[in-house]
Amino acid sequence: MIVAEAKPIEDIVAMIDRYDKIILAGCKACVAVCAAGGEKEVQFLASALKTARKTAGREIEIREVTLERQCDPEYVEQIRGFAGEYQAILSIACGVGVQYMAEHYKTIPALPGLNTSFMGGSLEQGVWSERCQGCGTCILHLTGGICPVTRCSKSLFNGPCGGSSKGKCEVSPEIECGWQLIIDRLKALGEFESRFAELFPIKDWSTSRDGGQRKITREDMKP
Amino acid sequence: MRRSYPANVKLIRVPCTGRVDDVHLIKAFEQGIDGVYVAGCLEGECHFLRGNLRAKKRVGHVKRILIALGINPERLQMYNLSAAMGGRFVEIAQEMTERVRALGPSPVNTGQGREFVEEQGEEKKR
Repeated sequence: MIVAEAKPIEDIVAMIDRYDKIILAGCKACVAVCAAGGEKEVQFLASALKTARKTAGREIEIREVTLERQCDPEYVEQIRGFAGEYQAILSIACGVGVQYMAEHYKTIPALPGLNTSFMGGSLEQGVWSERCQGCGTCILHLTGGICPVTRCSKSLFNGPCGGSSKGKCEVSPEIECGWQLIIDRLKALGEFESRFAELFPIKDWSTSRDGGQRKITREDMKP
Repeated sequence: MRRSYPANVKLIRVPCTGRVDDVHLIKAFEQGIDGVYVAGCLEGECHFLRGNLRAKKRVGHVKRILIALGINPERLQMYNLSAAMGGRFVEIAQEMTERVRALGPSPVNTGQGREFVEEQGEEKKR
């Protein structure tokens, strides 16, 4: 899922300071699962913002909505009927959702209530960890199912580097060395000898961010 | 025992303090309540094992949010006592009532919360 976390409430209070009538839009997809932008977070944030306004001696009208997803036009369009009555849309979806709101409602400012962080999963309740950087050319079958792009701080393809010590990365003692993980895993799979001797060729990063904004078109799916 | 507690304290019963959510706490403040306290079982005595510990964390989270909203976090408290501690229940009700009375009416009702936010900001700088 896309993992995000709430912006500091004081930042949001400052962001909406000039508006008195806003839509607070949550998303039932990834950000609901990581407890940052679902229905419950919409309720809490709306209440907190109204409280902040009242303590400042002002009022604010907040329309609470939580869309199925904010990354699909048909769901974003669901607020079309009343969006025009509001001064701003505060979206607590990921960055995609905020931008979709901005693209669909051209005259209404779209504001981000979250900091979108990474693609990852949960380690335990309340803890999330990054797993994928969307480089566009997956090589997990060669690296024991552990991604060197994400798990190695330098995204090395022929690691580890000299900064690996006792299984930890020099960037932080809390970060595991991705290449130590890969080697341990390859050994456990009995693939170490065959895989590790092979050098990875220079990676073509054009399928990643270096190639500019990416787009996938499936002709077979188009109407 | 027949001891009485201050009439301004309104009880909201939940099956376990583990049911108390951030939203419940913040909504109370939004509506202009002057103070809220969560009365859970003694730590280690939760029938559902961790309900009161969960509530404690949620209270801590909402306290941090309250500061940013201009509300003194002292207005929100967590207490732990057992069902057999009637005397302590009365003491807590009195203690909380006095604490809130000393703080005065909620800034939600007076619109005076910004001063508190600024004070907190200056203290941070110090």
